[in-house]
Amino acid sequence: MADHKPGFFSRWFCSTNHKDIGTLYIIFSILAGLIGGWFSMMMRHELGDPGLQLAENGQMWNVWITAHGLIMVFFVVMPGLIGGFGNWFVPLMIGAPDMAFPRLNNISFWLIVPAFLLLLLSVFVSGAPGDVTGAGTGWTVYPPLSSMGHPGMAVDMAIFALHLAGASSILGAANFITTIFNMRAPGMTLHKMPLFVWAMLVTSFLLVLSLPVLGGAITMLLTDRNFGTAFFDPAGGGDPILYQHLFWFFGHPEVYIMILPAFGIVSHIVSSFSKKPVFGYLGMAYAMVAIGFVGFIVWAHHMYTSGISVNTQAYFTAATLIIAVPTGIKIFSWIATMWGGSLRFPTPMLWALGFIFLFTVGGVTGVVLANAGMDTSLHDTYYVVAHFHYVLSLGAVFALFAGYYYWIGKISGRMYPEVAGKIHFFVTFVGVNLVFFPQHFLGLAGMPRQYVDYPAPLPPEHLQGMLVNPIEKIQWIMAQDYGYHLWNYVSTLGAYMTGVSVLIFIGIVFYTMFFGRKAEANYWNIEPQVMTLEWTLSSPPPFHQFEIQPTVK
Amino acid sequence: MIQKFYLALFAYFMTLPIGSASANNAPKPTQLGLKDPATPQMERIVDFHFGLLLLIAAIVAFVTVLLIWVAIRYNEKSNPKPSKTTHNVPLEIVWTLIPALIVAVIAFPSFKMLYYLDRSDNIEMTLKVTGYQWHWGYEYMDHEGLEFLSYMIPEKDIDYSKGEKRLLSTDTKVVLPIDTNIEILVTSADVIHSFTIPAFGFKKDAVPGRLNSTWVRIDKPGIYYGQCSQICGVNHAYMPIEVHAVTKEEFQEWLIKAKEEFAANDNNKILTIASYEGAQ
Repeated sequence: MADHKPGFFSRWFCSTNHKDIGTLYIIFSILAGLIGGWFSMMMRHELGDPGLQLAENGQMWNVWITAHGLIMVFFVVMPGLIGGFGNWFVPLMIGAPDMAFPRLNNISFWLIVPAFLLLLLSVFVSGAPGDVTGAGTGWTVYPPLSSMGHPGMAVDMAIFALHLAGASSILGAANFITTIFNMRAPGMTLHKMPLFVWAMLVTSFLLVLSLPVLGGAITMLLTDRNFGTAFFDPAGGGDPILYQHLFWFFGHPEVYIMILPAFGIVSHIVSSFSKKPVFGYLGMAYAMVAIGFVGFIVWAHHMYTSGISVNTQAYFTAATLIIAVPTGIKIFSWIATMWGGSLRFPTPMLWALGFIFLFTVGGVTGVVLANAGMDTSLHDTYYVVAHFHYVLSLGAVFALFAGYYYWIGKISGRMYPEVAGKIHFFVTFVGVNLVFFPQHFLGLAGMPRQYVDYPAPLPPEHLQGMLVNPIEKIQWIMAQDYGYHLWNYVSTLGAYMTGVSVLIFIGIVFYTMFFGRKAEANYWNIEPQVMTLEWTLSSPPPFHQFEIQPTVK
Repeated sequence: MIQKFYLALFAYFMTLPIGSASANNAPKPTQLGLKDPATPQMERIVDFHFGLLLLIAAIVAFVTVLLIWVAIRYNEKSNPKPSKTTHNVPLEIVWTLIPALIVAVIAFPSFKMLYYLDRSDNIEMTLKVTGYQWHWGYEYMDHEGLEFLSYMIPEKDIDYSKGEKRLLSTDTKVVLPIDTNIEILVTSADVIHSFTIPAFGFKKDAVPGRLNSTWVRIDKPGIYYGQCSQICGVNHAYMPIEVHAVTKEEFQEWLIKAKEEFAANDNNKILTIASYEGAQ
């Protein structure tokens, strides 16, 4: 009775199996990533030259950036790291046969699909005054732009999308907490739990505590929009800043929700390919707990210029700077894990090393932005865009790829092509750095975010667009006496390169599925001293694993 | 070889103009750093940032060197037998305390700057700024309610020969005196906007129902630009700020002329008042 898989429809549409649901989440995340990435390609192409290229006007642009942000946060990184790898590997790593509530797991996934469809459809529904459709509010959906500024239904649809995605994540998080607390194999105390499981535990608590606040805020926004309440409307005694407090009380933990699972994945990969257990395991685990806790008391550093009092700004500066300490512990512990190890560099290890380096770069610019006085210059400029893409697009997404290459053999039973994986890494690494590093310069020079067009002289006809000699174009740009053109152009060239890397990745995914060689149980030859339980199972694991419960000594 | 390359790269970047020394303070294509300061506020921000930049560059360099070192020294070939070390308490205490110390070193000058930027006890004049979708309204509160609206000059009307700049130049300029402590009050009549001039080192959100304040003291006469810095709808990118900083005498002359000009311009004034009342 080893394997009795249900038929296709029951298996993939009514699934209660954590591995199948995890697979669905990973597929969903990749598809949503392609759509969110398509928006970024359009955005970078638009900004490659001053003037309007693709966008008909600023509202269309605002809709793109809103869709890009919401898709990447709620429908790519979260489903990928939490729904995908979390579902797959939390039960496997703790020696459990499945999640605690398999049907709850099913509804978690099937809520996120209509949420995504609602968000996509909102792009085609009337939003702001004028004949342009969609919600162009930025992912933060600040009122009054999202209330009086957008009378159409698009914002209502986006709000419902967030409600559904939020409910999905809360249910998933409750499931993880129950599973981790109650279903660990005998002998696996909390202090013997793999770090990825620790990361998922902390993440789940953050989700359960922060998402209801977002739910409340957007519900208040919904009633402001449709039922005449005035929570955020000064004309009725409300306050737009209240919304910002509520949003960021969710929004700041949210960024840690996206990065903590990444920390977990990187810890496993670094340890496996160094042949050494993670250095300072307890410090690593409690650093994540500390980051999660401090994450709840720093929210107003997103609001330094909104008019909060100077003492409030000073407090949030101090609290925010403190995050550098547990983050430093993590970076140094990863390096110490490798120190004295016996390192191999297959593709997942490259992504993990890339993560450590780029996360450090994104982290130190975070220290700069933490200072309320400094933020006076940098708030809402491209410096902020560069910072959060270094920690998310080059941090969390690198961890997604690291986890993908590390575990795809376990998930699918087939290995990816190693050389192609490395090419994918190097093209992406160069591409994303070309995109985001020059944005620091733009931000310091003062270029504001969320701009469809920027000050700069229009280039002559023969130097417009992407199909021109870049040397000649750069020479022309540098000869101008003002403008943000140069670094925007370089950034856009990097985006094209990143686009190529995405095509390479799609090729690798299909090659692996159809031609990848069969993977053994422990295909990385992970040594016993660093092995977690998923490597004791076949690749892919049986439909129902651990029929004999493992024990941990 | 590689070192030579980096030296050459470094030398190249040093030759690029990092700020600008010209009369107008628009961003330069090759600009890498903050704007040249035109106020004591921005001077402090630039100094603080320079210190921070050295610090964070050192941290990134340190981590990079460690990563390269472990990759060379501890790869499978050079170190076939991994060590069994899993912790080292003194080391862990050190790498907790040193970052904590660094953070404390950053915090104190940061607070000092923050409180300096916040307000001045010695305000000599007040400029009230109101954000609208999608232009700015200015009111000189100490000068008999002198007020006007300021719009971006559309691309087709830009006169490059006059030094006007795409997406930066406005039809009506804000004129401010140098060497004067100016309080700036910021509010909005519709959605949230954000008022900033990078060379002056301030940025305040224009929030409906609130009156935010900051202050500035301009050192150098010149033309300064800023742009709305909070997403505010379709024309978010098209509501720039243009300030002409002049000497005190020139400012007095301008006041006399401006009062006549804007008093005659009834439409302008009615529009201002109408939109403002719409917000009440």
